[in-house]
Amino acid sequence: MTEVVKRARRWATAIGVALLAGGCDRMVVLNPKGPIADAERGLLFDAFTVMMLVIVPVIVMAFWFAWRYRASNRSARYEPKWSESKLIDGITWLIPAVIVIAVAVLVWRSTHKLDPYRPIASDVPPLDIQVVGQDWKWLFIYPEQGVASVNQMAIPAGRPISLRITSDTVMNSFYVPALAGQIYAMAGMQTRLQMLANQPGKFVGRNTQYSGDGFSDQFFEVLAMTPAEFDAWVAKARQSPDKLDAPTYARLAVRSRNVPFTFYSTVEPKLFDSIIAKYTHAHRMPEPAAAAPARR
Amino acid sequence: MFGKLTIEALPLYSAIAAGGALVTVGGAALVVLIITWLRAWKYLWTEWLTSVDHKRIGVMYIVLALIMLLRGFVDAIMMRTQQAMALNSGGYLPPEHFDQIFSSHGTIMIFFMAMPFMTGLVNLAMPLQIGTRDVAFPFLNSLSLWLSAAGAGLVMVSLVIGKFSTAGWTGYPPYSGIEYNPGVGVDYWIWALLISGVGSTLSGINFVVTILKRRAPGMSLMRMTPFTWTALVTSVLMIFAFPALTVACGLLALDRLLGMHFFTNDHGGNMMNFVNLFWIWGHPEVYILILPAFGVFSEVVSTFARKRLFGYESLVYATAAIGLLSFTVWLHHFFTMGSSATVNAFFGIMTMVIAVPTGVKVFNWLLTMFRGRITFHPSMLFTIGFIVTFVIGGMTGVLLAMPPADFLLHNTTFLVAHFHNMIIPGVLFGYLAGYMYWFPKAFGFKINEPWGVRAFWFWIVGFYLAFMPLYVLGFMGMPRRMEQYNDPAWAPWLMAAAAGAFLILIGIACLAMQVVATFRDRRRDADVTGDPYDGRTLEWATASPPPAYNFAILPQIRDREPLLDMKERGVAWQKPARYEDIEMPKSSAAGVVMGAFAFVLGFAMVWHIWWLVGASALVMWLTMILRSSDDDQEYRLSAAEVARIEEARYRALGSRA
Amino acid sequence: MSTRPGTVAAHGGGGSEAAEIHDQRALGFWLYLMSDAIIFALLFMTYGIMVGNTDGGPTGKDLFSLSNAAYETALLLVSSMTFGFASLAARDGNRGAVLGWLAITFVLGAGFVFLEVREFVGMIGAGAGPDRSGFLSAFFTLVGTHGVHVSTGLIWILIMSGQIMVKGLTLPVTSRLFRLGLFWHFLDIAWVGIFSVVYLPGLM
Repeated sequence: MTEVVKRARRWATAIGVALLAGGCDRMVVLNPKGPIADAERGLLFDAFTVMMLVIVPVIVMAFWFAWRYRASNRSARYEPKWSESKLIDGITWLIPAVIVIAVAVLVWRSTHKLDPYRPIASDVPPLDIQVVGQDWKWLFIYPEQGVASVNQMAIPAGRPISLRITSDTVMNSFYVPALAGQIYAMAGMQTRLQMLANQPGKFVGRNTQYSGDGFSDQFFEVLAMTPAEFDAWVAKARQSPDKLDAPTYARLAVRSRNVPFTFYSTVEPKLFDSIIAKYTHAHRMPEPAAAAPARR
Repeated sequence: MFGKLTIEALPLYSAIAAGGALVTVGGAALVVLIITWLRAWKYLWTEWLTSVDHKRIGVMYIVLALIMLLRGFVDAIMMRTQQAMALNSGGYLPPEHFDQIFSSHGTIMIFFMAMPFMTGLVNLAMPLQIGTRDVAFPFLNSLSLWLSAAGAGLVMVSLVIGKFSTAGWTGYPPYSGIEYNPGVGVDYWIWALLISGVGSTLSGINFVVTILKRRAPGMSLMRMTPFTWTALVTSVLMIFAFPALTVACGLLALDRLLGMHFFTNDHGGNMMNFVNLFWIWGHPEVYILILPAFGVFSEVVSTFARKRLFGYESLVYATAAIGLLSFTVWLHHFFTMGSSATVNAFFGIMTMVIAVPTGVKVFNWLLTMFRGRITFHPSMLFTIGFIVTFVIGGMTGVLLAMPPADFLLHNTTFLVAHFHNMIIPGVLFGYLAGYMYWFPKAFGFKINEPWGVRAFWFWIVGFYLAFMPLYVLGFMGMPRRMEQYNDPAWAPWLMAAAAGAFLILIGIACLAMQVVATFRDRRRDADVTGDPYDGRTLEWATASPPPAYNFAILPQIRDREPLLDMKERGVAWQKPARYEDIEMPKSSAAGVVMGAFAFVLGFAMVWHIWWLVGASALVMWLTMILRSSDDDQEYRLSAAEVARIEEARYRALGSRA
Repeated sequence: MSTRPGTVAAHGGGGSEAAEIHDQRALGFWLYLMSDAIIFALLFMTYGIMVGNTDGGPTGKDLFSLSNAAYETALLLVSSMTFGFASLAARDGNRGAVLGWLAITFVLGAGFVFLEVREFVGMIGAGAGPDRSGFLSAFFTLVGTHGVHVSTGLIWILIMSGQIMVKGLTLPVTSRLFRLGLFWHFLDIAWVGIFSVVYLPGLM
């Protein structure tokens, strides 16, 4: 069995690689650029491979039986009363059950390993970035560096990135397929996402949760850079004449489309927390979801 | 006087919207004209609209579903065309129109195409299959139909007066809240769902009581047809799941009408509660739709393989298991909302567990074909097409059920491809198979097969061409609901998808041609015996179309394939020694009246015309009270009359034999 | 032809036919109540989620009056009892007694609705209406849904009384009275839930 799985997996990987080589590097999901997305893709491939063990025979049987037992084929056996077999019943429950158990083990392990709240294990301390979804753009605040940017997120390659995400409007979903997948951004709440870029590069990020007329334009650029380039990027932002104080933020938060890259040399202290607090007033609102009361 | 309703509500903001409105109004006017020209109003009113006969109600549900299928498909092809053209350009639809279209497409296809189609098929076939004369509550059945029609009417009217929701068929707040969506669109969505939801709950109750209490003598639960089993489980799900939709939409309505804070961003609202409530209904809803289709496939595969269904008991247990499990997976619709890994993993695994009974069913259908004698009626083609295509959708469903993989693919076109891959082959193919399968039973003549075969091929090839590219686009990270985009790599795939949609359009045209050809050849293809496929189950034991009372004498059931059993014992279609009087429910205008005023009520709520809300609610109340106080709701068909009807049938049978 | 328990009743047969119809309607009504119970369950769940979301506004402790809730409870519980007596009288065929007990039930139920409306009006007057906070939205909706049910029950009691006066205690009428009874007792249970989930913890 394991040998079969291994062989099938090699095939799946080969096909996957062939697809990629065939100019399909546009398929970012199949062509990840960081360990998180890579692990998520690996899961896709593993589960796909395991399931092919049953999907392919089913499809073959469907065509084969339909052809073989067509009414005009009088040479095929016809057993109109044959309708029960405890043995076959058992097998039909067992096969899907075994596959599901196999995939379930995968799911349990990988869901914990790839929990978007779980920091990436690394010797390098993570870089914190705070992300705010707005109509229809993304604001990135770098609390350590004291700078902020709109629609462009620069990150140092090789260093774990730890994102805190919220929304200053309707529900958004923050999505960087090449590096990390996605998580919802919701007003008055904070969600988390971890990412890491293996190499410098330029990636696309988007909102995937429909949010109104400007939704289609709500994408941003992720720039993975060498540490030196990143420092230069921060230095450039620090020279920006724009400062992200409360009035500037209020102007920024107004609905707008196709907002060009904007950089802020300073950021009002605790701006991110105040954006969340704006919606929560006095009452408590811990980290995320209704179905997930307690988080680390 | 008219609340928020002003002349501004007419869709003059764009030529396309105005065109849509004109087509709607013109189509309605044309239908009215034709009926008037045929002088068919009286016939229509007495024989159909006020009918409480489950067969007629079933037919009317299916007519509603087919009309709404057309409307929903127009939306679909408009979206596909827009996306095929919208690389670095606005295409031909502005965002505020495009979003109405994807919202109405989903809403219509789920609530006003699939739900009525399913309810119609159950109405048509289930009472015949269990050997009863009508459902337990015939009037309630009529009311359910007209409440569904009222909801569908609201969606249609939003084309002409005002706008429809832009919040997608799921209507997530806070986007659907009054702060971000002050127009009437979301209200149309809410009231269409609330009104038709009541109808669905009532249908569920009606079917459960019918199946549990009104089976023919000798028909134990384990002798029911697989379709009846799926109808039973689906009905139970309707009773238990629809309240969640009612609560979700009701609370959203309170937020919008009375400024409450259930789902608002601020003042203590919690949008995540809506998402939970919606999917507590929404996931069982998937099975509400798909289980009866599974039932159809089971009937069809056994009939056209001319073989007893393999693994009946397994199939029954699998159906029940799916019904139970369907309430334990709703969170997989929002793994990306930030739940803990344990919660996500739990719901992911539960989702996969559902794949087990589903897989069992697939094997059972295959094993029924095994060593059968298969004829390829269009219904059978749809069934085989379903099996092959559905397992692919099931596979991508398991991929999405893994939370970390879902992080990559959620809200992308991969998700869109996945659920269409379940719903088109799984639900729609099943309903089309059922429609073609039971058509002769409903009308007394067989449905045209060549056009059915053509429809099948265009549908299935169109399906693959339309949705396989969406899987690819999902891998490219394309979100759903994009009005325009700037990635040139997407364009060829979107054009292919549009081409697929046009193939499906031809498939729909074939379905229309099939109806034309069928009515043209109705004399040639008359189903005199009532048993056009050499059937096995009870519905084929009575005439086509069946008399109002279905069975003059209720049959004694000894097997789970009662008609085959009777044929083998040589007692099928035996003339009874004598007939008895039969009491049947009288037609009633109360259902159609209440439906009409439910529509008015919904419309008045949308536009805040409060006096009209009060007036229509009052009329509905009074109609209900009058109806419920009426103890004279049945008429008696004399034994002589029954004998006359039955003798005519036996003469026809004899002349043929 | 013979009828058997649990089959079609719309043909032939004798007295058991009406019993079967009653049986089917009772089952149908039970199913409706289960569906309704889920609505209440989800409203309770929503209340549970939102009870802390007071947005800096008043909490249950500031707003609820134990005595008012206790009076409401007493009225509704007693009305359930008096409805029980009406059902017993219907079984004995005592039309006058049925009408009398229904009248008392109606008065008690109306008293309940009056107290609830007074509580609502007082809260709204004090600036604690349903639009004040998520907590109050959930409170008004949960308790108000129950109140609307009770009001519906009151109208139904009036209609049933009318039917009893006009038609007497015929089989269809007593069958309806039975379902009204189920409905009324169901509202009692829902209220006990509200009292123990909303008012008691709110005051503690």
